[in-house]
Amino acid sequence: MAAKSTLINMVAVLGLTCLLCSAILAGAYALTKEPIDKAAADKTARSIALVVPEFDSLSEELTISCDGKDYKYYEAVKGEETVGYAIVSKAGGFGGDIVMMVGIDTCGVICNTSVLSHNETPGLGAKCNTDEHFMEQWKGFNPSEKILSVKKDGGDVDAITASTITSRAYTKAVDSAVEVFKSIRNEQ
Amino acid sequence: MSSKGRLILDGFVRNNPTFVLLLGMCPTLATTTSAINGLSMGLATLFVLVLSNMAISAIASVVPDKVHIPVYIVVIATFVTLLQLLMQAYTPAVYETLGLFIPLIVVNCIVLGRAEAFASRNGIVASAADGLGVGLGFTLALTVLGAVREILGSGSIFGWKFIPGDGMLAFVMAPGAFICLGYLMVLFNKYLKKE
Repeated sequence: MAAKSTLINMVAVLGLTCLLCSAILAGAYALTKEPIDKAAADKTARSIALVVPEFDSLSEELTISCDGKDYKYYEAVKGEETVGYAIVSKAGGFGGDIVMMVGIDTCGVICNTSVLSHNETPGLGAKCNTDEHFMEQWKGFNPSEKILSVKKDGGDVDAITASTITSRAYTKAVDSAVEVFKSIRNEQ
Repeated sequence: MSSKGRLILDGFVRNNPTFVLLLGMCPTLATTTSAINGLSMGLATLFVLVLSNMAISAIASVVPDKVHIPVYIVVIATFVTLLQLLMQAYTPAVYETLGLFIPLIVVNCIVLGRAEAFASRNGIVASAADGLGVGLGFTLALTVLGAVREILGSGSIFGWKFIPGDGMLAFVMAPGAFICLGYLMVLFNKYLKKE
């Protein structure tokens, strides 16, 4: 059973345990840093490829300020020409921020959208990532012809059944991406 | 049956952490929205339980009584962080669904409970067996609960959909978790925990 407690052995044991544990964790951190960064980069690259038209080179991560917030975006280039932008945008959903990658071509038409992270309710809001009808409608959505808000609010977006808040947040994130796209175009 | 086998079986059935001891209810209710989520959370806890039980049983005799809880928590937290880093690096998809709950394994009372009640008084091998048994019991409970909620709530099992349509959504949400857990506990205690 446990040893008798004296000041010296308490300090020594607790100190040694912490030292040893932090050493182990520092080692593990150093070893896993590379694969973790790689996994994150792979994920970003995959979602960019999903949302913009075919491209053969991609810009570095760029930032632009729009409505007082900073947004990250990537420019997809084919040959000499820019074919589209992949914009990272987010909006507060039912269970926290929904972070998305929104692809917009040079005419301002949405190519596709992809969810980077979300905390929506499984079986309800989480369908924003799996519901085919909901996801398909973004392909070729033209914000200058259609209204970017859910049908309940008088717009043209079909919401996910029983998940209006998630659908609204999703739509809002797409809407901010469209605004960001406009600022990108204005700057050029 | 050998004593180690007995220990594993004990944790699995007679002392099942979820259905009998009612420990670690927070991750149980929160992560079991689908069978695969329950299974992954169970396995993550199993990993931490076995390793922390072994480490604590190895150091228990030199740890002064008054600081034993902080020392145990540091050991447990180290294994949890290790697990978190490994999952983030090698199974990013699983980490994405469970990420939020992994750090909470530190405060899962099953882990500290087994360290206090068992590992600090027994040898390394026996502690590993105990961790394995309790961990498997927890995994079983979470998987079953996740499966029942997924079948009723989404009409699918391990992601394979066999009932078209939406299912009873209440079972995917918090109230369904309590209802399912209650009924499973009744069944488990009536039919399995006989002795």
